[in-house]
Amino acid sequence: MIRFMLGRLALAIPTLFIVTLAVFAMVRAIPGDPASAMLGDLATPEMVARLKASMGIDKPLPVQYVIWLGDVVSGDFGRSIGNDEPVGPLIWERFKVSASIVLLAVALASMVAVPAGMIAAWRQGTATDLGLIGVATLLLSIPSFWLGLMILLVFGLGLGWFPILGSQALSGSWREWAAAIAMPVLTLFLVEMGSIVRMSRAATIDVLRQEYITHARAKGLSESAVMWRHAFRNAFAPTWTLIGLILGALLGGIAVVETVFTIPGLGRLLVEGIYTRDYPVVQGCILMIAFVYVVVNLIVDMAYPFFDPKVAR
Amino acid sequence: MSLLSLENLHIQVGHDGAEVVQDLSFTLEPGRMMALVGESGSGKTMAARSILGLLPPPMRLAKGAIRFDGVDLAGLGPKALTKYRGARIGMVFQEPMTSLNPAMPIGRQMEEGLRLHLGLSRVECRKRILKMLERIRIADPEHCLAAYPHEFSGGMRQRIMLASVMLLKPQLLIADEPTTALDTLVQHDVMNLMTELAAENGTAVLLISHDLGMVSHYIEDVVVLQHGIPVERGRTTEVLTQPSHAYTQRLVDALPRRSAGGLRNAEPKPALVELQGITVDYPGHALLFGRRVAKRAVDGVDLVVGQGETLGLVGASGSGKTTIGRAIVGLEPISGGTMRFKGQPLVPDDPDTRRDLQIIFQDPYSSLDPRQRVEAIVGEPLKLDTGLTRKDRRERVREVCDEVGLPAGFLTRFPHQLSGGQRQRVAIARAIVRRPAFVVADEPVSALDMTVQKQILELIRQLQMRHGFGCLFVSHDLGAVEQVADRVAVIETGKIVETGTRDDIFDRPQAEYTRRLLNAAMLLGRSYNAAVS
Repeated sequence: MIRFMLGRLALAIPTLFIVTLAVFAMVRAIPGDPASAMLGDLATPEMVARLKASMGIDKPLPVQYVIWLGDVVSGDFGRSIGNDEPVGPLIWERFKVSASIVLLAVALASMVAVPAGMIAAWRQGTATDLGLIGVATLLLSIPSFWLGLMILLVFGLGLGWFPILGSQALSGSWREWAAAIAMPVLTLFLVEMGSIVRMSRAATIDVLRQEYITHARAKGLSESAVMWRHAFRNAFAPTWTLIGLILGALLGGIAVVETVFTIPGLGRLLVEGIYTRDYPVVQGCILMIAFVYVVVNLIVDMAYPFFDPKVAR
Repeated sequence: MSLLSLENLHIQVGHDGAEVVQDLSFTLEPGRMMALVGESGSGKTMAARSILGLLPPPMRLAKGAIRFDGVDLAGLGPKALTKYRGARIGMVFQEPMTSLNPAMPIGRQMEEGLRLHLGLSRVECRKRILKMLERIRIADPEHCLAAYPHEFSGGMRQRIMLASVMLLKPQLLIADEPTTALDTLVQHDVMNLMTELAAENGTAVLLISHDLGMVSHYIEDVVVLQHGIPVERGRTTEVLTQPSHAYTQRLVDALPRRSAGGLRNAEPKPALVELQGITVDYPGHALLFGRRVAKRAVDGVDLVVGQGETLGLVGASGSGKTTIGRAIVGLEPISGGTMRFKGQPLVPDDPDTRRDLQIIFQDPYSSLDPRQRVEAIVGEPLKLDTGLTRKDRRERVREVCDEVGLPAGFLTRFPHQLSGGQRQRVAIARAIVRRPAFVVADEPVSALDMTVQKQILELIRQLQMRHGFGCLFVSHDLGAVEQVADRVAVIETGKIVETGTRDDIFDRPQAEYTRRLLNAAMLLGRSYNAAVS
């Protein structure tokens, strides 16, 4: 078990290393150079050269990479071109906002959708199953921005339960904070539930066909014991992978939802960074997104042996 | 009073679908052993499952009574049935690989029944389970409790399953093909254990099986089912020695037996395939940054297959017999030794050699591309012959399909539209379409029903006589090997322990392992009278 975990951990290091290379290369491959872009059209060659020297980009590329990597490893992501803030803390602030919404929404969605999928599988072919599958498919087909707008319209404008501008409320007390993220959480919860229900149902149907389920019934176990004790752990493994993928994708930023609810999250930071050519911010965001993705998948992999003891070998 | 009596049982698919079991009645006395015998689709498994109310939907019990100890189980609700399940009626399943929960330690699975039905404490459960595991001769019972199913072999799992069911000392044990997935030696072991445990606890046994040989060795009474209809019943000895119904006769006839007369290929043939000291290693698990630890699957094997000859290669699963076959056709790289084909060094990657070396796989359900039609499957190897036009290929495919007994109408079918036997015919057609000089038949009949097995074995034999290819017949089934092989090689854990003519091996086995295999083989008509009395 410990060897399995160490193995996965070791495998994550080269992945992250490759990502830093890719991010570095990508930014360097953009035509022009950041210094002239920052200084604008009126810059003299001397000014550009000075800025280049101060940014360290007059050095050969490999040297630049090593310096940058060194900075990144020690937590220094540089400063934003737009407002001269250090990028590291900026990203971290924004990430916390996005992450709290995503984690809450995915956790809630899993808690509702996994049992719902299992019930649908258990009652396969009945009205219950059809109803659950119908709702899941409907939720899958609704675009998140539309659903977000509708929720904003109903709960924000119509009923007035939650603040419409999320960004203001986020700085207040935890109560205000909860109110601010309630609508984005609800949106993501509904959007992500569909796929989880479907996956959970499909996996459970597969498991229920196995002989050990019949064996469990032949022991005289009640249906709830059969489902919970025998079916759940086996059926959850594929769903768990899906949840991991969803988390990885969403934690990298939920730009659409953040935009609809005006939430200052990581996704919007990246989009704004791209618009304003704020290379340090873009670089930092991409690195953060990749890092989060790797870490989430690592956690998912590490939890795997719990559902499938064969993996731990 | 009889322990179990089925009265006019009808099982139906849905509410107006076909009946999979029709009018089945029998009685089983306490402590006796009875078998429901039939081929796949005979409804024997469904009949057994209906007793515990475990019919998979849309199957349902349409009519009839299931009296167990005076109570009609068919009339009980699911709640009331759970009092019987496990506690008074135990059930053992066919597939040891899937019948234990892979995500739960063995100990937890074994204690479930005890805690549920007897309400025992964890400590008491543990004591009883350990005692039982010792009884069934599990090497390290303490370790077994915390271990997961994948750490055990199929035979061990089946014993653990038996133990877990017998812990509750049920009055009736339903065993659904409990040894079908196991090797000959292990089969013998598990059946012995089952009969011992049943005798110790006074448990009656209802065995579901297609294996008449095994049934004849262990079981007193038998009911023969064909397409859901009971066609014959009675004492096993009588039914199997003097079958009165035509279907039972066919079943008994289908049992493999030695072809009458002497050896077909008595005189030695020129060598076609020669293996000298071949070794195959499998890479082990890669440790983190460590070396891979190799597992030696085949260890210095010498074999010769003559032209037009069939060499039977017999061994348990994991003995390396399949690996040898795959190595010859180039599906497995060898790590040592030499292979020669027609006197030349064998280069399996060479296209001309490939044409001459073909293989028929074990499982016709997974060896055919489900998205190709029969014509495409059989014709694909011909695409390598650039000289052939599309029309020539068609012609050739038609011819070969005719040879293997597939009517022209089958050419446009997909594999899922064929039965197991028909699929295996397609696989054979695909193997012989380019007129190979050598064919590896890897357990070609073990996934098939008895009567179909017989047909396929005869087909291979006929094709071989007509085309004269050499054949390596890989099998764990001694009966099938005895029927088709000219010579036999016995393999144990990667090493050949004995080679000889068929009659030498079967009548005068020299190696200890061969003798054990032969003793464990439950062939009808041999040592049969002694075993039943």
